[in-house]
Amino acid sequence: MKLTFARLGNFHIAAKALFEALGIDVVLPPPPTKRTMSLGSLNSPEFACLPLKMNIGNYLEALEKGADTIVMVGGIGPCRLGLYGEVQRQILEGIGCDFKMIVVEPPQGRPDRVFRQLFEITGAQRISQYVGALRLGWSKLTAIDSLEKLALRLRPFEESKGDISFAYEATLKRIDEAGSPKEVASALENGQAAMKSACKKTDSDKPGIGIVGEVFMVLEPFANCEIEKRLGEMGVVVHRSIYLSDWVMEHVVKDVFRILRKSKLPYELARPYLCHFVGGHGVETIASTVDYARQGLDGVIQVAPFTCMPEIIAQDLLPTVSRDLGIPVMTLVLDEHSSGTGVLTRLEAFVDLVRMSRRSRR
Amino acid sequence: MKETIGFPRALLYYYYYPAWRSFFESLGQTCQVSGKTTKAVIDSGIRVTVDEACLPVKAFHGHVLSLSGACDRVFVPRLVSVEKKAYICPKLMGLPDMVRHNCKGIRQIIDPCIDMSRNSRAYIKELYATGRLFTRNPLKISVARRKAKQAYEVFVRLLQAGLTPIDAMAKQDFHLLQYFRDSGTSCNTLSRHDEDVRSPIIGVLGHPYILYDSFLGMNVLDRLHLMGAKVVTMDMLQPAVVEQAAAKSQKRVFWTIGRRLLGAGYYFLMPGTVDGCLQMSAFACGPDSFIGELLQQESARSKQKVPFMTIIVDEHTGEAGVLTRLEAFMDIVERSMLR
Repeated sequence: MKLTFARLGNFHIAAKALFEALGIDVVLPPPPTKRTMSLGSLNSPEFACLPLKMNIGNYLEALEKGADTIVMVGGIGPCRLGLYGEVQRQILEGIGCDFKMIVVEPPQGRPDRVFRQLFEITGAQRISQYVGALRLGWSKLTAIDSLEKLALRLRPFEESKGDISFAYEATLKRIDEAGSPKEVASALENGQAAMKSACKKTDSDKPGIGIVGEVFMVLEPFANCEIEKRLGEMGVVVHRSIYLSDWVMEHVVKDVFRILRKSKLPYELARPYLCHFVGGHGVETIASTVDYARQGLDGVIQVAPFTCMPEIIAQDLLPTVSRDLGIPVMTLVLDEHSSGTGVLTRLEAFVDLVRMSRRSRR
Repeated sequence: MKETIGFPRALLYYYYYPAWRSFFESLGQTCQVSGKTTKAVIDSGIRVTVDEACLPVKAFHGHVLSLSGACDRVFVPRLVSVEKKAYICPKLMGLPDMVRHNCKGIRQIIDPCIDMSRNSRAYIKELYATGRLFTRNPLKISVARRKAKQAYEVFVRLLQAGLTPIDAMAKQDFHLLQYFRDSGTSCNTLSRHDEDVRSPIIGVLGHPYILYDSFLGMNVLDRLHLMGAKVVTMDMLQPAVVEQAAAKSQKRVFWTIGRRLLGAGYYFLMPGTVDGCLQMSAFACGPDSFIGELLQQESARSKQKVPFMTIIVDEHTGEAGVLTRLEAFMDIVERSMLR
């Protein structure tokens, strides 16, 4: 069995480590390119959201490389993600691909279901091996997150443009190669040190912009035209609302073990504007915007794929949040036609606006 | 205290208005429905919503705005779910919030939260809370609830007897029993006759707020009638038939209307049921993008093909363009009937 899965930011590093530690061959889809995007949008429904199109592109490129089994998550709605598995399977079968698709449905408080599905992929193995694999995967996931956090904080202060991104990429590679949690930790430490040494004084005051929105678009740099990097290089400290490990904790771990209650905080923050769950990250988008305004950030950017239903509701309500709390908010709706240059122009205009409103406030 | 309650003639008005009306009327309130959708209504809706919102949501905002001043309260329910483990559409879940922030001139909104996804009796509490706005007497509310239920059941039977929601709402007032005696309650529109020349039967799929809104749906149902076709919409099929067809999908579709669309679509695409299948959808409709793809895959797999066309409408759609496509579609349907 040659396993593959769709890419989401740097998630593939952790997932690959997890599966390989269980003795499964993993064929990663190559990093997304224009070709991925066009393969995906060619074979997907026109009004499907961008993540589905990119996933299809990933699968096709991975199948070309010899993968024969696809793992995908399921869901219970109302967001379209829950139907991704079924639609993608039918699309790929319609093209005539030969593969097996395993859709991992959310356990909804029944851990046994998850483990049964895991056994289906891995075959029976010793418990110690599972524990070891999960530990390695989790350590990589958290290491990647703390590396990303540091990169976002330090990028506006880098001595020469590109230093931080260079150190970041090199460290990611070392984390990917690490074979034990210990090696992961040392790779992370070296990386953090390298990043810190690439910066001059980090105490000057820079504008801060929060990024909120749909999880795939926030986490996948290729889909959001690398807005984090671009903003950082413009001298902006970027705050991101979602990190992979938080997401896994909130949506996977807490769904398996229902004793751990999901956080109610987003609903409380969003209540004056949106008082009901709307699927996806609609409520979280509003809540993070409110949170960033309270923290005193200078602006918020919402990124969403075109036709994303929960984010449209949030987008509709964000102008009110912006007016009430006095924080500039911009929405970037992206699809397969978005170009980096167009996004860059809009980012520059927004950063100018943020700087001006900062000056007038002082 | 008698109040006038405004009902926007949009979204799920077409499924639930008979029930809502008898609920509020038996509580002694007056119901006021907004006028038919016009260009002006849509334009005023577009002005207050984001571009990305779908046409039905924009039209809904327009209808709410057209009610301002004409009524004391506007009824904007938060329809989360009407059956277990299924939702309607995320946009309907956030609708009262969107209306409240976009339509500034609206005085008061009644927004009961109907969520039956976990508990199929959860809506009753909301009904009582809504009824409390007008009466302190729980008995009255309970009577109103029963009347609403009866009205809804009659309405559903009329739909299954082959009426569109518009006709059913018009019929509901008079001679109800007479009507049932005349036409029979079973759905007999699908029975084929052995005549040599028969009119083609077209199965039409689409969200009710597009199909039955003569402006948004470009009068497609009437046009098909004029072209000599018999029209069967998904609401005229027996629920059991639709459910059974929808069960063909490996994964259960978790949108109530989406599952009906898929089931009715699978049913229509089976050879021998209808002569052509037409899907009406709104630009950038989330559920329809997936349902449409699943239906197209099914159509591509089937050996005996039923003509299948999708028409997507948005605020720029012109009637002439739709007409041309309908004519071409009917030509193909007629040709495929000769085979």
